[in-house]
Amino acid sequence: MNESEIRTRVVGVIRSIAPEVEEGELRDDRPLRDQVDLDSMDWLNVLVAVHEKLRVDIPEADYRKLVTLNDIVAYIGAKLASRV
Amino acid sequence: MIEFKLPSLGADMDQGKLVEWKVKPGDAVKRGQVVAVVDTSKAAVEVEIWQDGTLFEQLVPIGEKVPVGTVLATLLAPGETREQAEQQKRAARPALKPAAAVPAPPPPVAAPMTGAIAQRRPVSPAARKHARELGVDVDTVAGTGPHGAVTVEDVEKAAAAPAPPDRYVEMRKAIAAAMSRSKREIPHYYLSETIPMQRAAEWLARENEKRPVTERILMGALQIKAVALALARVPELNGFWRNGAFEPATGVHIGVAISIRQGGLIPPAIHDVDKKGLPELMRALSDLVARTRAGSLRSSEMSDPTITVTNLGETGVESVFGVIYPPQVALVGFGRMETRPWSEDGKLFTAPLVTASLSGDHRASNGIRGARFLAELRERLQHPEEL
Repeated sequence: MNESEIRTRVVGVIRSIAPEVEEGELRDDRPLRDQVDLDSMDWLNVLVAVHEKLRVDIPEADYRKLVTLNDIVAYIGAKLASRV
Repeated sequence: MIEFKLPSLGADMDQGKLVEWKVKPGDAVKRGQVVAVVDTSKAAVEVEIWQDGTLFEQLVPIGEKVPVGTVLATLLAPGETREQAEQQKRAARPALKPAAAVPAPPPPVAAPMTGAIAQRRPVSPAARKHARELGVDVDTVAGTGPHGAVTVEDVEKAAAAPAPPDRYVEMRKAIAAAMSRSKREIPHYYLSETIPMQRAAEWLARENEKRPVTERILMGALQIKAVALALARVPELNGFWRNGAFEPATGVHIGVAISIRQGGLIPPAIHDVDKKGLPELMRALSDLVARTRAGSLRSSEMSDPTITVTNLGETGVESVFGVIYPPQVALVGFGRMETRPWSEDGKLFTAPLVTASLSGDHRASNGIRGARFLAELRERLQHPEEL
């Protein structure tokens, strides 16, 4: 799965939790939680959905690395790559 | 014969529109079963029944708006036959009348207009053209011209008129009514306490490391559980103020203030929080948040919170002093968790801290008992493994 496919899936997950988000509105290099209203329950639901759709488990200790959409896509990409 | 009434749907809900029957006459029903769905301004509420029996008769048709307390259906008690019920019904008919005669709520504002549309009225060509320009459906415009003709002016008025009340507007009204009543009737007192969260945060991090993402626990669940346990020491914060006296609650049903993405706020209850383990409480909390946001709650969740907890820490505020939901007598607020300087045993260090607040009803409790509660809450959060 390439980065653009991962991005599409992640954005899909975010939109399933925050339906008011327009796809074109998201800036990949800005903190996600500044752009989308996600509380800790929403964030947990994002991670659960990422786990279900992409089979990637994100430990709590890594939350702080995941600030922007770019961070999340790169993180998932690295995890998937290390699995192969 | 058992009467099944529309239960209370919370302090700010006095009526509901029946939208679905989940059972039909002749069906056996069990205590706790969802038997109907009622639409309120806040959510579609699944109404549960609290007795075993067999559904005998549905008394309210789908689509009807009825006040809380209306008999929705009758049930046969276990062992009761249809014949007995018929007999009882005939005998009780005069007595049942008043219930049926409950004044219907005033029709929504839009109704007369809808009625008027039934017959088509003349529309002047200019009005029709203007309606097209303004994007107004001319058939829905009430005419004030000769023979009820729709005039240009009517079209302009219709274009300027506010949209029919939607759920959000109705929810705002309901919140306004409950909060105004609270500030009118409840003499609030407010207390706050800074609580060190180091132990809770470290314990939770260790705990979550062991858990798959689907079973992770949020700090919010710990806070709610700690509130439930602290209430055991100060029971006068858990219950209702009714008819000039405090009624202690029999269980600890914590109303969790949940914000709706489109705006609005609903505080449905998690039942018996003091008896739930953290994993179970966390499951109940995520389920409740998901269902609240999807607009699907159960009547018991709406009707019986015995105290409310609100957490505004996520929005970044340091503390929150909330308005009590009548007839409850207390509300606990949590602000954001933040690492700041802290001293303990003469040592200065940094620690994650959270400000907890209590809004109390001074008719039901005194500040000193409220202080006792916050001290107990702080203590409970120092022993996360016991939550």
